[in-house]
Amino acid sequence: MSVPLTLLGLLDREPSHGYDLKRDYDTFFGRGKPLPYGQVYATLGRLARDGKVVISEIAPGSGPDRKQYVITDQGATEVHAWLDTAVEPEPHLQTVLFAKVVLALMTGRPAERYLETQRQLHMQRMRELTEVRRTGPLVDALLADHSLFHLEADLRWIELTGKRLDALAEQVRRPS
Amino acid sequence: MSGLIEAREIALSFGETPALRGASARIEAGEIVAVTGPSGSGKSTLLHCLAGILAPDSGEVWFGDTRVDTLREAARSALRRDRFGFVFQFGQLVPELTAEENVALPLLLGGTRREAALRHARVLFDRLDLGGLERRRSGELSGGQAQRVALARGLVGEPAVIFADEPTGALDSLAGEQVMDLLVEAARERGTTVVLVTHEPRVAAFAGREIILRDGKVTSPVPDRVPS
Repeated sequence: MSVPLTLLGLLDREPSHGYDLKRDYDTFFGRGKPLPYGQVYATLGRLARDGKVVISEIAPGSGPDRKQYVITDQGATEVHAWLDTAVEPEPHLQTVLFAKVVLALMTGRPAERYLETQRQLHMQRMRELTEVRRTGPLVDALLADHSLFHLEADLRWIELTGKRLDALAEQVRRPS
Repeated sequence: MSGLIEAREIALSFGETPALRGASARIEAGEIVAVTGPSGSGKSTLLHCLAGILAPDSGEVWFGDTRVDTLREAARSALRRDRFGFVFQFGQLVPELTAEENVALPLLLGGTRREAALRHARVLFDRLDLGGLERRRSGELSGGQAQRVALARGLVGEPAVIFADEPTGALDSLAGEQVMDLLVEAARERGTTVVLVTHEPRVAAFAGREIILRDGKVTSPVPDRVPS
């Protein structure tokens, strides 16, 4: 999640104060990891320095919340380009699990057990997310769906790898 | 101590092909359990044995204090009709009947008068987001609607156990999720036990736990917790 681009996206909607940006970020994108105020204002400062936002008004008083931020044409172009670009398809399965499987096969350890343990953990997480999806608001449900589909893809990989362990073992073991 | 439903070392072959090879499983009252495993691992056969549709060649199947596998066919049939509800992959609605008649069918077969059975059935139409579809025949329903009608038919007799065999297998993601949401919600409300066969992890994740089958045997441990 790119914090600067997300904040720019929120500013593309309407000019906002830092406080409002933080609140909307936490509501829609934070998912239990609120954005620290320090990061909000540091990011807005960098965006202003780079000409992507300007400060439109400074209310009387003191503190950063007196400032209202407005996106510039440059900022809007950047955020539109970001929105128009498809996300790079990433291999979500942890490479660490792949490393464990290969190392286990190399050293004669129980690779099946690692896969099964991982499968059970994935299923447990899927149960938790399914409950969130069933009972939570739509925003949470859609994000849970996203995670569920990725976890499901991991599970398919685990299942397929489990069926190919013998062949993989032949390839990764040194001939004695 | 026994669970509500229990399979003890059951084996069943179709001709020379073994489908179950000493499978044991225990399901407690009110649990929602997914039976999972690769194709051909014996998932549906286990469900059919637990539900008294098939009798194993060896081993025992229990429903509470009743040993199911040794019952005569008429008694097994009555048990299925009175205590169990079923939802299959393709709904299997009777095409000549309206949706509400399909839902009322288990009650009609059990001897409930037609008006009372239909009245009872109609209550489920609103509950399962089917309002207005009561008089339609199966050919006039979408896949998701037909499967919700099938779910209503599975629930109408207020069974102790719902057996669902790939209930979302023929549906797109959204319709499948809706069927599962409704199934889980209805089961939790009523304390109904659900035994769900699926090969889809997303569907299995609706259950509280899995019974995993491989090559006709259960590989997940049989829980030894005593029901409270």
